[in-house]
Amino acid sequence: MRAFASAAVLLAVFTGSLALAQSDGRRSGYQDMGPALQKMQDDDTANPAMLFVQAGATAWSEKAGAAGKSCADCHGDPAVSMKGVAARYPAFSREAGRPVDLEGRINLCRTNHQQAPALASESDGLLALSAYVALQSRGQPIAPPNDVQLAVLRAQGAEIYKRRQGQLNLSCANCHDDNPAKKLAGATIPQGHPTGYPIYRLEWQALGSLKRRLRNCVVGMRAEAWPYDATEYLALESYLMERARGMAMDAPALRP
Amino acid sequence: MANVLVNAPKTAKKGQVVEIKALIMHVMETGFRPGTNGRIIPRNIIEDFTATWNGREIFRMKMSPAIAANPFVSFSAIATESGTIAFRWGGDEGFVAEHQVAITVT
Repeated sequence: MRAFASAAVLLAVFTGSLALAQSDGRRSGYQDMGPALQKMQDDDTANPAMLFVQAGATAWSEKAGAAGKSCADCHGDPAVSMKGVAARYPAFSREAGRPVDLEGRINLCRTNHQQAPALASESDGLLALSAYVALQSRGQPIAPPNDVQLAVLRAQGAEIYKRRQGQLNLSCANCHDDNPAKKLAGATIPQGHPTGYPIYRLEWQALGSLKRRLRNCVVGMRAEAWPYDATEYLALESYLMERARGMAMDAPALRP
Repeated sequence: MANVLVNAPKTAKKGQVVEIKALIMHVMETGFRPGTNGRIIPRNIIEDFTATWNGREIFRMKMSPAIAANPFVSFSAIATESGTIAFRWGGDEGFVAEHQVAITVT
């Protein structure tokens, strides 16, 4: 029985990593980690991001705001209603008349439907909810919407991605397109596919969004980071998701 | 209620060595870092972690400021009798968290 169970776990892990492998040479950051960290991410009781997921699950069914509604009151079981949702953002919100990422979508729900104050960027509350929602897309292929209203944003993102900036005069592409799998100060340069956000980064000792990761890179090339509400992030996120189209989600991921 | 994730087997054979893993959400603030206002953020860490099996202590660990946030502890024990494994974390600012899991030993 025990042997069978561990065989089943092994099989699940094996098929999981198969799903992450791309025939076109694209690699998730997961594949660039050592086996110890991969094991830590795969074990839901060892991956610290799951602590935030647990908090997110509680928040999901907690009533909030003047409307007295919880996420569950409208969306029900997230395993059904939120499956594949995180794999589709950023998306254009007709409700707001602008593109939003997953965190932005959660805050739209809070302000419009729950009539509660928006959660601050990188706050534990927002990260917990987005981790809980992102978890429901685990293994789902990244599928950004084919929305013409996102085309301009994506093009802007592609431009920023290729544009040299900062005192080091580097572009995102200089590392992530031209030199992936090589080393930068001892760390392996990943291809930069946003498959696992929000991620628990060991260096941060905390969960962080893709925005925080992008800021990290921008500061690293000694450019000035945009404020958290800047559209530059949405543009880059949209471009990166398009670039990673079809890759399997492994959120909430663990990264060094 | 503290946010805890424990991984222990639900069943074990008598005399078997079982691995027990416990993860808890905690900032583990060192007490050495200045905050945005330039003042030192007061130390806030977990000081003690203990595990008991049916009330008998099987593992104890003293934690220090050098331990990262959200500490993850893994240890092993010999399964002797069915019952509960209880975990307790205690630390600065009156922090106490408790969790228990049941185990059947055959």
